[in-house]
Amino acid sequence: MNELTNRLKVDFDASEITERKPGLTTLKVAKDKAETLIRELRDREGFTHLNFMTCIDYIEDGIFTLVYMLHNYEQKQTLGIHVDIGRDGEEMVSIHHLWAQAWTYQRELREAYGIRFPGSPRLDEDFVLEGWDQIPPMRREFDTQKFSEERFGHREGRQSEVPRDHMKVTLYPNRGGDEQ
Amino acid sequence: MTQSTGHSASLDFTQPEPVDLSSGKYVKLWQGPQHPGITGNMSLELVLDGDTIIECKTHVGYLHRAFEKLMERRNYIQNFTVVCRIAVPEPTFNEYLYSAAVEELSGIEVPERAIWLRTMNLELMRLASFLMWIGGISGAFGKYTVPNWTLAYRDYVLDLFEEMTGARIYHMYIVPGGVRAGMPEGFEERARAIMDGADKLLDQIERVLFNNVVFKARSKGLGIITPDMVDPYGIVGPNARACGFARDLRKDEPYLAYDQLDFDIVTGNEPDAYGRAYCRLLETRQSINLIRQCLERTPTDGPFQADMPNVLHWKIPPGETYVKAECTRGEYGYYMVSDGSEYVRRVHVRGPSYTHAIAVMERLAVGTNIADIAGLMVSLHTYPPEIER
Repeated sequence: MNELTNRLKVDFDASEITERKPGLTTLKVAKDKAETLIRELRDREGFTHLNFMTCIDYIEDGIFTLVYMLHNYEQKQTLGIHVDIGRDGEEMVSIHHLWAQAWTYQRELREAYGIRFPGSPRLDEDFVLEGWDQIPPMRREFDTQKFSEERFGHREGRQSEVPRDHMKVTLYPNRGGDEQ
Repeated sequence: MTQSTGHSASLDFTQPEPVDLSSGKYVKLWQGPQHPGITGNMSLELVLDGDTIIECKTHVGYLHRAFEKLMERRNYIQNFTVVCRIAVPEPTFNEYLYSAAVEELSGIEVPERAIWLRTMNLELMRLASFLMWIGGISGAFGKYTVPNWTLAYRDYVLDLFEEMTGARIYHMYIVPGGVRAGMPEGFEERARAIMDGADKLLDQIERVLFNNVVFKARSKGLGIITPDMVDPYGIVGPNARACGFARDLRKDEPYLAYDQLDFDIVTGNEPDAYGRAYCRLLETRQSINLIRQCLERTPTDGPFQADMPNVLHWKIPPGETYVKAECTRGEYGYYMVSDGSEYVRRVHVRGPSYTHAIAVMERLAVGTNIADIAGLMVSLHTYPPEIER
């Protein structure tokens, strides 16, 4: 694996190469090199299995981190490719031509985060939400409780309790809130 | 059959051109979301030419409860009530993988006894799930005797769960650091009796269903998955093993106590609905065998829970991991990212149905007779909640 990651560092400027545990390595690559790198891993390095594709919203940094998890059955190695893109209106190169299920992931990411993948089939079809008229719901700024209050009306008990604070009040009121 | 060593570039993933419904030659038919031939609440939008399907689109979302979003707004222990609901017939795999991800990120070592109890619990879950599935495939082809047998017998397995965990469906038994309890007194004897009965039941099912001429005639040749589809479509589990791929995470990347258990990967050479069904029948038998081994070897004393900090003060160190296990449908995985706070930054649940029910289903359905679509769908063994999460 070291040999491969060293080569990816040279050929694709891969950075932040981290062995998370034996058999699982992650690295970061620039947006414009991601598709070529993924294609190379699939065709030449035996990473023929796309475990999944997902996104992490780092709202505080103004970025989405796309994660492509690839697996090599022969070497029993999994490689997580991280690609940072902007949060607002940014597009990403589609990989629907590399795996048959990739367009489904991209359709989901368009609906859940608002990321566009030009050329990806059926991208604008609803995935799990029919007639959704709010901001994409997996973005960190989407407030589920506020949405419920506005859409369905107020209902007692909908608010989340922080268990630690709740227990201070209900279980240990006479100990100054010390639940230890 | 040999293992795939590369990726087939010959497959065309282009979406077909939409059919011209205004021509009056075709009929559009929705199968589901409420339909006995659908696995869970999902629907297939079918276009028919006569009684042959010429276009299929899968629709999900009818059970969407935003599990992944909810997990970002609850602390780690609160998420336990969420994760088990992601795959109703197999909640235990979610409990295990969520716990394993937390343990990996926190560096928690699980005691030996808990490792064995977890292994047994997962295999009992596999048995219960396969019993339900055998009933499903049988019913989908009009054989309604077998579902009565298997669903009734599944309840005996649920009795074991109730005894061990206090619950029949959502057990919340596997928790970070170990499990919530050991085996109750007399459990081993009762479990062995139920395994013996399950063996006999499977003998009867093999005679009644797998030798049945109608079942054979309708399922053989239905929904053929060719080996060159396996990697490009992300096909895993019995769907891949039925066409000869000896891939099983319990053997390939052993977790829990699987490296100490004696079993071989079940493979087949009939990549159709019948072959997949037979592969699952053999895996059900294998599961019974593994449960017996676990009953024999699970330690009866020693801790079943590691020393853990107060759950209200858990802060998982920053990092990310991807943990996976072989569920009844193949690779099931949890990708977890922690930013060091009390709340998980991101959890992505990877379920085999994501590709089996959409990309694979939409391709295999084309050319199938409308009468066989339910059988085809059940033969792929899909659960909608793990798609829409």
